[in-house]
Amino acid sequence: MKKIMEIKDLHASINNKEILKGIDLDLYEGKVHAIMGPNGAGKSTLSKTIVGHPDVEVTQGEILYKGKNIIDMEPEERALEGIFMAFQHPVEIPGVNNAYFLRTALNAKRKHLGLPPLNAAEFLRLLKAKLKELGMKEEMIHRSLNEGFSGGEKKLNEILQMEILEPDFVILDEIDSGLDIDALKRVSDAVNKMRDGKRTFMIITHYRKILDYIEPDFVHILKDGKVLKTGGIELVDALEREGYKVFGES
Amino acid sequence: MGMEKVEKLINSDYELGFEIDIEEEKAPPGLSEETIKFISRKKNEPEWMLELRLKAFHAWQKMEEPHWAKVTYPPIDYQSISYWAAPKKALESLDEVDPEILRAYEKLGIPLEEQKALAGVAVDAVLDSVSVKTTFVEELKKLGIIFCSISEAIRDYPELIKKYMFSVVPMTDNFFAALNSAVFSDGTFVYVPKGVKCPMELSTYFRINAQNTGQFERTLIIADEGSYVSYNEGCSAPSRDENQLHAAVVELIAHKDAHINYSTIQNWYPGDIEGRGGIYNFVTKRGLCEGENSKITWTQVETGSLITWKYPSCILKGDNSVGEFYSVAITRLAQQADTGTKMIHIGKNTRSLIVSKGISAQKGQNTYRGLVKIHESAVGAKNFSECDSLLIGDRCGAHTFPYLESKCANAQIEHEATTSKISEEQLFYLRQRGISEEDAVSMIVHGFCKDVLSKLPMEFAVEAKALLDLTLEGAVG
Repeated sequence: MKKIMEIKDLHASINNKEILKGIDLDLYEGKVHAIMGPNGAGKSTLSKTIVGHPDVEVTQGEILYKGKNIIDMEPEERALEGIFMAFQHPVEIPGVNNAYFLRTALNAKRKHLGLPPLNAAEFLRLLKAKLKELGMKEEMIHRSLNEGFSGGEKKLNEILQMEILEPDFVILDEIDSGLDIDALKRVSDAVNKMRDGKRTFMIITHYRKILDYIEPDFVHILKDGKVLKTGGIELVDALEREGYKVFGES
Repeated sequence: MGMEKVEKLINSDYELGFEIDIEEEKAPPGLSEETIKFISRKKNEPEWMLELRLKAFHAWQKMEEPHWAKVTYPPIDYQSISYWAAPKKALESLDEVDPEILRAYEKLGIPLEEQKALAGVAVDAVLDSVSVKTTFVEELKKLGIIFCSISEAIRDYPELIKKYMFSVVPMTDNFFAALNSAVFSDGTFVYVPKGVKCPMELSTYFRINAQNTGQFERTLIIADEGSYVSYNEGCSAPSRDENQLHAAVVELIAHKDAHINYSTIQNWYPGDIEGRGGIYNFVTKRGLCEGENSKITWTQVETGSLITWKYPSCILKGDNSVGEFYSVAITRLAQQADTGTKMIHIGKNTRSLIVSKGISAQKGQNTYRGLVKIHESAVGAKNFSECDSLLIGDRCGAHTFPYLESKCANAQIEHEATTSKISEEQLFYLRQRGISEEDAVSMIVHGFCKDVLSKLPMEFAVEAKALLDLTLEGAVG
């Protein structure tokens, strides 16, 4: 198994409050890692730290991605290197056409890879195919980015972006929150289709349901800004039965 | 990281701030009857025009500079300004246009002949006080369309000038309009005869070049019954340490079933972050929808000037006439803009639409000021206004002053206003998708302005979008 990301003794603060207190975590190429933990454990902060959110200040430790420390890289550089996060709350950007945004993002990536940009017609063909796969309406091509989308549509739009950008490392930050069962199934199917043995997924969730659809290779339990336990799906079973107290204090 | 960086992004250089090295003839600073006679003489004007100018001057002397707008600036010394500057050589044909000027226009991205010819645009260019060259005149003439400098029109079409000039903006309308009426240097005149749809975009490019000079152009556009014309103006000025005054007047008249589209891309020198240099832009623009079913559309993209005081307006006199105002105003550095529109509903079933987008960054202060006035006679009148403000950073300001007056019981007035900030979350979202911070800011701003930019004629929309990017971009990091 090849490590795609190694997180070593990671300490990080938001507004001068330390949230991550020494995370050690290895993530493997082609695997699905589920991150669970009680509210305030630092799950969302961990994902924000990986993608370089400006609110997060890293005070100690490193994140090696493909062997390179990415702590000082700009968010867009990390994105171009293949790190993608499906947001828990995708923002609305009025007046910015969804298709235009997606093409700009894809062409930024293609430029980074030394590939020629896709023109509008080529891109539209790609986009329409992906929309069909995801069972999304074509009208969303013409709509403004996330504006007026329902909760489910926003999450599907995140998945659409993932499919178009074909990242190597995908963080799904509570993608299951606010999804009905049909939408959850569609999102899960899309993720499973993207599991190609190379692409790594980090699924942050509170609930077991999504892990029934997307089977994780590893489950990590976070508590108080540290990784409390690493194992397989059996950790989730224990959690379901008895709650986080089952893991006690390490 | 974060918003400070965004501020840096929008702190870009003014790329049109060069000076054209040509020999200029300039009137000595100061304003008196002598100055006005000098201007009138230089322009070979008929006696009646001089008399009108002097009348305006005497009225102006009794008027006071208005200070109700939300802008502050040191007192203007009207005696220190030169009211006339012109390239020394007389200009008859394009061959005689000083190559320096042509090069300057090229640098400005306004190819005077060939390139605009390809684009099908007729151009009049006004450098300081004189119209440098009007292209396509002959072709337009075949259709009966008059497109010339206002000086030529005064000499060649006195009846039209006497009938229409001052008819929409009276010479004593306001302090700056009166000043303009006294000293106006040049500008553009357009007449489109009955039933003629002008087949090309008409365009004027204004540039202030000479130092310590004011620019006072005057534009008059008449669309006769059933005609259509689309007119565009652009402007720029060199970077200077002193402030320069620009006080223009634009009058539009749309007769029955006529439609005038008037677009402006205003890019006068904005001054620096401390407010040094930069143009004082005090402009009176007004259109009269004289006839039934007439329509006037104002579209403006305002990125320049230190101070902007400008309210392109429509008087909706004809029944079923329509007035529209689409505006994007960006204030950054130390710029202050107080801009908006007036929609005066007089005729029955008149309709007006106002879409205003203000963007403020750095120390910029952006004010929307608009009046919707519905007279008793305007039965069935409708207005819709939308005023949105976007703030970038925490040192800028956005202000909205909508005035609504209705004397008609069944009129409908709707007003919507929003103020928002470019949020960290929006920026971060786009950057997480691999889009650079600079492109992300540009994308958000373009999205915000979309409803207005889509109203510009295509070639000018391209120019406006490029200008927006130029205004927003800068040295990263």
